[in-house]
Amino acid sequence: MLKETPLYNLHLELGAKMVSFAGYQMPVQYSKGIIHEHLHCRNHAGFFDISHMGQCLISGDKAAGELERLTPGNITGLQPGEQKYTVLTNKDGGIIDDIIITRLTSGLMIIVNAACKDKDYAYLQSHLSEQCDFMELPDHALFALQGPAAARIIGKFSADAAELVFMHACATEIDGMPCNISRSGYTGEDGFEISVANEYAERLARCLLAEDEVEAIGLGARDTLRLEAGLCLYGHELNEAVTPVEAGLQWLFKKGHNEFPGADKILGQLQKGPNKIRAGLLVKSKIPVREGSVIVNNEDIIIGHVTSGSFSPSLGQPIAMALLDRNSADLGNTLYGIVRHRKIAATVTKLPFIRHRYHR
Amino acid sequence: MSGLPEDLKYAMTHEWARLEDDNVVRVGITDFAQEQLGDLVYIEMPELGRKVKAGEQCAVVESVKTASDLFSPVTGEIVAVNVALADEPEEVNSSPYQAWLFCVKADNPPELDLLMDADAYRLMIEQ
Repeated sequence: MLKETPLYNLHLELGAKMVSFAGYQMPVQYSKGIIHEHLHCRNHAGFFDISHMGQCLISGDKAAGELERLTPGNITGLQPGEQKYTVLTNKDGGIIDDIIITRLTSGLMIIVNAACKDKDYAYLQSHLSEQCDFMELPDHALFALQGPAAARIIGKFSADAAELVFMHACATEIDGMPCNISRSGYTGEDGFEISVANEYAERLARCLLAEDEVEAIGLGARDTLRLEAGLCLYGHELNEAVTPVEAGLQWLFKKGHNEFPGADKILGQLQKGPNKIRAGLLVKSKIPVREGSVIVNNEDIIIGHVTSGSFSPSLGQPIAMALLDRNSADLGNTLYGIVRHRKIAATVTKLPFIRHRYHR
Repeated sequence: MSGLPEDLKYAMTHEWARLEDDNVVRVGITDFAQEQLGDLVYIEMPELGRKVKAGEQCAVVESVKTASDLFSPVTGEIVAVNVALADEPEEVNSSPYQAWLFCVKADNPPELDLLMDADAYRLMIEQ
């Protein structure tokens, strides 16, 4: 039985095509299509229902310290109102999930991937001591408002939210509805994520969608937006067999921190360099090179595979991210994706494909 | 799904086919198919002169999300492909019954009778 978010009926009203995603019925696109939605978000503002993602709260004096021992990131250094993107690692250095941790006055709020919810919650509960309180927040919806017009629009409702800088959060209100807003998102654009109690979800969504510049964006464009922004998606770039160093996430590490699962392997890779790394590929033809496609070099030797591949609406050509042999991944190298037994040329390209426009 | 042209034949795999002069069958994809696929970004056409059998995979339509095979509705030879779609695959989204993909010169035109008419296809996609 598929679950619904509090906006299910609103999605249908907006003409969404619904698909099954991580156990939820979610909008993959609305009537104008993925390319339109994608460009609308890049040029104006997009509203995303991401209520399928998991929200939980960990509280207690030791919460930050204990959480920090489950991730390579700096959690104890988080001040109230600050947030960090990080990963939970397994003992082999692989990634259990990529998560956002926000320090609120009430504790540490964590946002996890929908498909990892059960696994993460069980893992966190079994690895945190009794001195930490763990609470799921299933009665909360989560939205994102992304794009160059997002700040102007949020400012009409909350001056506090509009003043936030990237990766900061505050408790505020939108039209009298209490919510937590952070300046973050997963499109590469400036924008906000809004956590609100289910009872207010639809009213708050309608409030934002009533703004001229805001259109609803489905999961299809969410994926092309994050791919252009060079951001990892769990189950694609990230999984239990890929380390954060291979995924190119070493920027999230706390310097000197070596007490987290898989630290030996991960810190070893950090020192010597990993054998494989995540790279961007700009495809030189119109043929999309999609996830799972094998990548070969000039000599037809297999050197990796595509982790995400699609058409880039902003660039008007196909792009991909791939996990590649480090020695073949120099910027500017020409490699080949195999599509229907043919070699499709692609250039190793610096990520992100589209410049981030975060408000720092 | 009101506007299914009555003069076309329809395949289970969502191609439409129109018999024209000289046993040439023009082939495209239905409005239902383009809507399911979403924005098209690339179409891989069959080679001119290729011999195809009815039901044989001979083209690929790629949307932002996915790649989908197309099949020849009849046995014969590919005698034309719509090269204009190389630069404008989105024409298939906006005008699926005008933006044809390829033409097959049918060896045996009565093969078309094995395909569905508009009523039967409408019934199939409504289910």
